[in-house]
Amino acid sequence: MSAVGFIYPQLCFSNNAIISTFPGTASMLSGVAAAAKAKGYKDYHVLGIAGDGGTADIGLQALSGAIDRRDKIIYICYDNEAYMNTGIQKSSLTPFGAKTTTTPPGKNIRGTLTVKKNMFEIIAAHNIDYAATASIGYVQDLINKIQKASLVDGPSYIHVFAPCPTGWGIKTDETFEIAKEVVDSGLWYLAEYENGEFTLNRNPREFTPVENYLKKQSRFRHLLEEDIIEITEARDRKWERMRRQWNKN
Amino acid sequence: MNRPPVRKYIKPKHISDYPVGPSFSAGYLTSDNSGWRTLRPVIDNDSCTGCLKCYLCCPEGVIYPKEGKIDIDYDFCKGCGICSKICRNKVIKMEKEKK
Ligand SMILES: Cc1ncc(C[n+]2csc(CCOP(=O)(O)OP(=O)(O)O)c2C)c(N)n1
Ligand code: SF4
Ligand code: SF4
Ligand SMILES: [Mg+2]
Repeated sequence: MSAVGFIYPQLCFSNNAIISTFPGTASMLSGVAAAAKAKGYKDYHVLGIAGDGGTADIGLQALSGAIDRRDKIIYICYDNEAYMNTGIQKSSLTPFGAKTTTTPPGKNIRGTLTVKKNMFEIIAAHNIDYAATASIGYVQDLINKIQKASLVDGPSYIHVFAPCPTGWGIKTDETFEIAKEVVDSGLWYLAEYENGEFTLNRNPREFTPVENYLKKQSRFRHLLEEDIIEITEARDRKWERMRRQWNKN
Repeated sequence: MNRPPVRKYIKPKHISDYPVGPSFSAGYLTSDNSGWRTLRPVIDNDSCTGCLKCYLCCPEGVIYPKEGKIDIDYDFCKGCGICSKICRNKVIKMEKEKK
């Protein structure tokens, strides 16, 4: 994983763990899986955890290759929507409008100009064995999905929405609620992809207002009404398509 | 609590005491990690129902079930306050850390 630091000789896991290179979480997992197979191990999981930058930007090629080879690995991307460790730089998973140190809002430009990369469907397009989206605000759903991934005989991918207090301008005790509200407001969604089919796990009849979600975070505080309308319309277009094309639960 | 115990790290004295690579046995803790905690979660009353929601949500994994209720491992708690906010029965109160 590229996400957890250890200072020798301290290791916080009771399991064996390795820190990968930043772009190499998936290729490292491939190597570990190959070694476990060669050793004839039977009872094990090869699990990697990496951030949005490590996954959707610099590590995408390695991840794509591992899925293509159908390596038996579980890949978890925790998405805090920017490069947080190095000081809040924009990634391709930073949402439209968000303030980062590389997308500062000013008179002419109001934060991030690009929209969040659609990683879930990019991964699904590999015809992967199992992929899912989740949020730390819906913990049981997340646990169920990890459980499901652990039973897959091939690659699996879980994309977890995970707020960052420093980067988003929220209090440390608010992360759980924000991660729930993003799903309730429709700006994130809980879904699965298996056997070539998409399923929406949660299909709210009514969304909570996008504005309430955005205005709780200082990274969105500069947004104008027209920006919020744009974000709301993009949400509605996405849900119209998901509801039309995907199975509903 | 089922984490490995914190133990003293004995620094190698000679080059031959060092391992060949930068690897070590898993679960080897040599220090606690709670120095940046400014608020301390305190179990304030006994209306805990043992629902274990705080146990599921603690980002540090330092809440653990104990005799139908919960306990907190202060050696690694960072004081984020999520457990306090999440508990419907207001069992956990955040207090100023006295260190
Ligand atoms: C090849 C390489 N380039 C740059 C870095 C510096 N670096 C370390 S962490 C990090 C940001 C990671 O962002 P993300 O993957 O989103 O994880 P987060 O810090 O947000 O948890 C960067 C750029 C590195 N370690 N390796
Ligand atoms: S402290 Fe609160 S959230 Fe935690 S187990 Fe007890 S009642 Fe549940
Ligand atoms: S304050 Fe945070 S780290 Fe400490 S026990 Fe509560 S949830 Fe866990
Ligand atoms: Mg990140």
